[in-house]
Amino acid sequence: MAKIELSFYPGCSSQKGATSSNYLVSAQTMCEELDIQLNEIPDWNCCGASIGYGGGGELPRLALSARNIALSEEHNSGQEIVATCAACWLSTREAKERLHEDEQMFKDANAALSEAGLKYQGEANVRHMVEVLVEDIGFDGIKSKVKKPLEGLKIAGYVGCQTNRPFGIAGESFENPKYLDNIVEAVGADSIPTYEKKVQCCGGALAFSEPEKSQEMIKGIIEAAYDNGADMIVTPCPLCQANVEIYQDNINDTYGTKFNMPVVYYSTLMSVAFGRSAKDAALDGQVIPAKQLEEIASK
Amino acid sequence: MSDLNTAMIEKYRSNFLKEVEANVEEGEWVKMCMQCGVCSGSCPLGKHWDHPPQEIFMMIRANKRDEVLGTDSMWMCTSCYNCIARCPRGLPITHIMHGLAVYSKRLGLTQKKQPTAEFSQIFWDNLMKKGRVNELKLGLSMYFKDGFGQGVKNAMANQKLGQNMMKAKRMNPMEFFGGHSVKDLSGFQSMVKKAQEIEEGNLKEAK
Amino acid sequence: MADEKKFAGYVCTGCGLGERLDAGQLETTATRDGKMQSCKQHEMLCSAEGVQLIKDDIANESVTHVMIAACSKRAKVEAFNFPEVAMTRANLREGVIWVRPESDENQETTQEMADDYIRMACAELKSMSQPSASGEQTLNKNILVVGGGITGMTAAIEAAAAGYPVHLVEKSGKLGGALGSYYKVIPTRSPYDAPAENPVPGMIEAIEADDRITVHLNSTLAKTEGAPGRFNVEVATESGSSETLSIGAIVQASGWKPYDASQLPEFAHDKSADVVTNHELEALAVAANGGPIKRPSDGKEIKSVCFIQNAGQCSDKEGHLSYFSGVTDLVSIKQAMYFKELNGDCDTTILFDNLRTPGAGGEDFYRAGQQAMVTFSKGIASEVMPGDSLTVKFEDKILNEQTEMVCDLVVLATGMEPNSGPDPYAQLMVDEAEDEEEKAKAQAILENAPPSILNLQYRQGTDLPHLKNGFNDSHFICFPYETRRTGIYAAGPVRRPMDAQQARDDATGAALKAIQAAENAGLGRAAHPRSGDLSFPSFRKEGCTQCKRCTVECPFGAINEDEEGYPMYNESRCRRCGTCMGACPVRVISFENYSVETVNQQIKNVEIPEEWDEKPRILVLACENDAYPALDQAAQAGVEINPWARVIPVRCLGSVSLSWVTDALNNGYDGIVMMGCRRDDDYQCHFVRGSAMAAERMSKVGDTLDTLNLEPERVILHEVAITDVERAPQLINDMAETVEKIGLSPFKF
Ligand code: SF4
Ligand code: SF4
Ligand code: SF4
Ligand code: SF4
Ligand code: SF4
Ligand code: SF4
Repeated sequence: MAKIELSFYPGCSSQKGATSSNYLVSAQTMCEELDIQLNEIPDWNCCGASIGYGGGGELPRLALSARNIALSEEHNSGQEIVATCAACWLSTREAKERLHEDEQMFKDANAALSEAGLKYQGEANVRHMVEVLVEDIGFDGIKSKVKKPLEGLKIAGYVGCQTNRPFGIAGESFENPKYLDNIVEAVGADSIPTYEKKVQCCGGALAFSEPEKSQEMIKGIIEAAYDNGADMIVTPCPLCQANVEIYQDNINDTYGTKFNMPVVYYSTLMSVAFGRSAKDAALDGQVIPAKQLEEIASK
Repeated sequence: MSDLNTAMIEKYRSNFLKEVEANVEEGEWVKMCMQCGVCSGSCPLGKHWDHPPQEIFMMIRANKRDEVLGTDSMWMCTSCYNCIARCPRGLPITHIMHGLAVYSKRLGLTQKKQPTAEFSQIFWDNLMKKGRVNELKLGLSMYFKDGFGQGVKNAMANQKLGQNMMKAKRMNPMEFFGGHSVKDLSGFQSMVKKAQEIEEGNLKEAK
Repeated sequence: MADEKKFAGYVCTGCGLGERLDAGQLETTATRDGKMQSCKQHEMLCSAEGVQLIKDDIANESVTHVMIAACSKRAKVEAFNFPEVAMTRANLREGVIWVRPESDENQETTQEMADDYIRMACAELKSMSQPSASGEQTLNKNILVVGGGITGMTAAIEAAAAGYPVHLVEKSGKLGGALGSYYKVIPTRSPYDAPAENPVPGMIEAIEADDRITVHLNSTLAKTEGAPGRFNVEVATESGSSETLSIGAIVQASGWKPYDASQLPEFAHDKSADVVTNHELEALAVAANGGPIKRPSDGKEIKSVCFIQNAGQCSDKEGHLSYFSGVTDLVSIKQAMYFKELNGDCDTTILFDNLRTPGAGGEDFYRAGQQAMVTFSKGIASEVMPGDSLTVKFEDKILNEQTEMVCDLVVLATGMEPNSGPDPYAQLMVDEAEDEEEKAKAQAILENAPPSILNLQYRQGTDLPHLKNGFNDSHFICFPYETRRTGIYAAGPVRRPMDAQQARDDATGAALKAIQAAENAGLGRAAHPRSGDLSFPSFRKEGCTQCKRCTVECPFGAINEDEEGYPMYNESRCRRCGTCMGACPVRVISFENYSVETVNQQIKNVEIPEEWDEKPRILVLACENDAYPALDQAAQAGVEINPWARVIPVRCLGSVSLSWVTDALNNGYDGIVMMGCRRDDDYQCHFVRGSAMAAERMSKVGDTLDTLNLEPERVILHEVAITDVERAPQLINDMAETVEKIGLSPFKF
């Protein structure tokens, strides 16, 4: 496989000491194994996430992503932009589309960018890491790298919202996307095609501002995984991962449940299946340890 | 009530739809809704909304300005994009909800202490400081938004969560004293300032 | 050749027939029992070689009657097309081997079935002769179009363009009809985003310039007599003069009239000049002359308008139209856009409950209306209160509240009513009403009958029969322009509510049908559905008792009466359904190739085994339009049919003579199944009333069974659709079970 070079947009949550720092570690491990080179966009800024709208309005929010794209076009010219965070990908891609459709907005954004000495062209492709895996590497490509198949593990593929809508992965349905299950199968584990909460909203940023309402939804997501006999949940989104993993104690307190369900990234699964150590797979980043993966990694 | 609000009422008189078209993100789509109700049925927190999206669109068309701008329903949008994926008429519902929320806030009509309205402002202010989000400060400001006493209570309630996160090295107390930042902070900040100016300018022009 | 008859049989051994059946035995049956003078086998009779074999025999051996024992009469029709001889088909493939399991224990009954079908075909053939055209009339290419609205004008233009001379008769003083005075029309071309220019003025010009079209203004039809190919039509003008035209076929495009809004007091139509119907609004838009539309009451420029959808239609309230007029939502969108175009910043609201925008561009036009800022509110109006401004009270169905709005003008989206002549069967409806309520309704229709439009000199009345709500009956399920008067085609809103574009499509279809009818009449051929058929009913005058059953029951009003009171057939008005034949109590009506005798012979030539053989026989009379094809399809799908059944296709269930039933029972059949098409208001009968007439007649079969001392379950009549592929065979098998339960018929000999 020829080396793939991508202009990488890590996003705030994957920074050192932030909620999805473990995602970054495992994604980097995964990319090493798949011969993907990630060239970080120099001096990138926050994308504003979905929740930023309430403070930022429209143009300032779009300007944030325009700056990142402009930086990528300047420093990583000719490379596709790739994000691991669903919100980062969505904001960046949405900004690109909006600026493409609306000429006035395009001009206004460039007027703002010129204050920082930048120029936005909007030519680079904006992709999610999952698209690279599905479209460029392929499920067979993933399979061929597996050294330690995750045999016997039953994993619920929780796709969530923003990796799935409104853009989604080409060829997948919004109501029942299958790529995550296919990745689970490719690393040798058992998928759960009937997992009915695979695209249920976890509350997103409202897990913070409307905790009770969000946790009620999160409860449903975990419950359905237990009902389907899952050993763990896998997800492609940092906010999904965090929301579903870290509130389990609170949910147990409120509802008297006994949830203790590990929630991992697809990159975690792949790092372990590709034969890398627990540390490289960032298993130490689990709030709820994924013991079965630790065991396989230590073998 | 803000001056802007009075000015807008004056300007659009009894045509709230036109006001929305001119001033709300993607507002020109509201008229295209065909009232099928799919969005309302798809909204994850829908049962908590006083007026689900379909109803909000109808209310806009029925000139119910006070009710629409005064409700906190659209602040309960989680940006799940379910409605967008399903709307047979292709309305960018999520963005309209965000746009309505922002517009109501600009006119000073958003309910006091609407948690998501506050959180999103805190989030924005946080990211404006350094160009990147400082999660620790974000969390703390959220806990202390209602004053010190309530803040301590909130923080205590989530103490275990915080400890768990720190153990997993996914929360760093040192962030409080600095943390990640973009290097060209001044360029970044003047860019955003400019964008804000342009947007405010547009709104004033509309007035 | 002369009149010498020569009978030849052909047995095909292809398609597995040779393997499943004893072909030698079949041949023997054909010659010994069936009295064929010769019988040949061929391994693939439908091949060029097989067909040639038959052709050669016809040419060289003077064969006049051909019996083909192969597949269903519905298969290989192109191959087996020998117009110069009489022909029957014994259905051994779909009728026998495909519906019977292949196993030794079934071999005997399967062969018996095949032998019977050969006997039946031969017997039928014996009583058939080859039909030929009567030569009653010659080709008359003149097309008469009644009504000069958009439908009639289109029909005239299309028929003329195809080379046929047209007479266009219009009651009023100018062409154009209702639509002629409209401001604009619903768009008919992509992108469907704005009301389109009215096509009528252009069409009037085209008609005036076309010397194939003769326009008769201020004219009506005083008298229409004759039949397709030889109609004599007396056209009378307002001034009293008249002329008689010789016509080949007729298109009736008498259009529609607007619903009378004074029947809606709640909407104050008669109290305020500012409440108008959609029809009336067009005049206001035209009067605006490109400027803003003004209020009728005070001439003030309209700043706000409210459309009330479904005013007096789609409702079961007294005086309302029970149906939806199809286009009125599109019309309101169109008219709302008038205001967006002419009245600047006019508030335009459409209050709807169900918005229906059918047609290719309907949805696009709806979006265009939304784009133009027409407000669509889901709400049901209950009252309009007159005043300086009008107040419309309505229930908002989304916000669930009673509310109201104030506006300058209210437009009522009222419906369309057909402009048809009186229903010839109105009196019959009164006579046949089942209860008082129905009778009162029928009586009201009879008393409020509109004046005649066609003035047909037919024994069955002056105009086209109605179906529902006064719309002309036209075979709406399968053959939209076919009416129940051959050679007269209904088009446009007289047969169902429709918009201008649909009316134009309709008119084009009807014009082509009229041309076809004129051409067929010239050749003595039947029109749809037996198109091309040359056979034709005749009656034996000596036997006729003048009972008039045939003249009353013919679904197409084809039969008149002569001075002596005998039936008078009109070849080109006849559709060859045979309903008259089935009706005749003394069995004197017959076709050359289809008669009481041809079927009776088939019934009689089935071998009825002795009682102790325990082999019942079930007679199946299946309509060849739906039931028989359903059975063919079932055979293709390998659905099994009981081996005791013998199926005879009939032209229409209406042609079934009661005597077939009694004779069959007397001959020892154990059960009879009759299958015809659906016969209610949503009928599917290709001959409209045939199936219903049969049901009527067969309701009396109980008496016959009674006198014979037989159980009523032995005779049953079913409605079968062409899609009943599973059900049709099941109905036959059910009868076999019934016979098993009640025992064999005592009439075996
Ligand atoms: S994006 Fe917002 S409005 Fe749309 S379904 Fe999700 S939460 Fe509801
Ligand atoms: S799904 Fe779309 S068309 Fe349907 S009610 Fe919602 S916004 Fe309107
Ligand atoms: S299609 Fe008919 S005629 Fe031809 S081989 Fe088969 S059974 Fe014989
Ligand atoms: S065959 Fe049918 S259409 Fe012809 S005269 Fe008899 S009943 Fe009428
Ligand atoms: S039904 Fe038969 S008997 Fe009666 S009038 Fe007709 S032909 Fe004569
Ligand atoms: S319609 Fe029937 S009874 Fe009439 S022709 Fe049809 S199928 Fe027969």
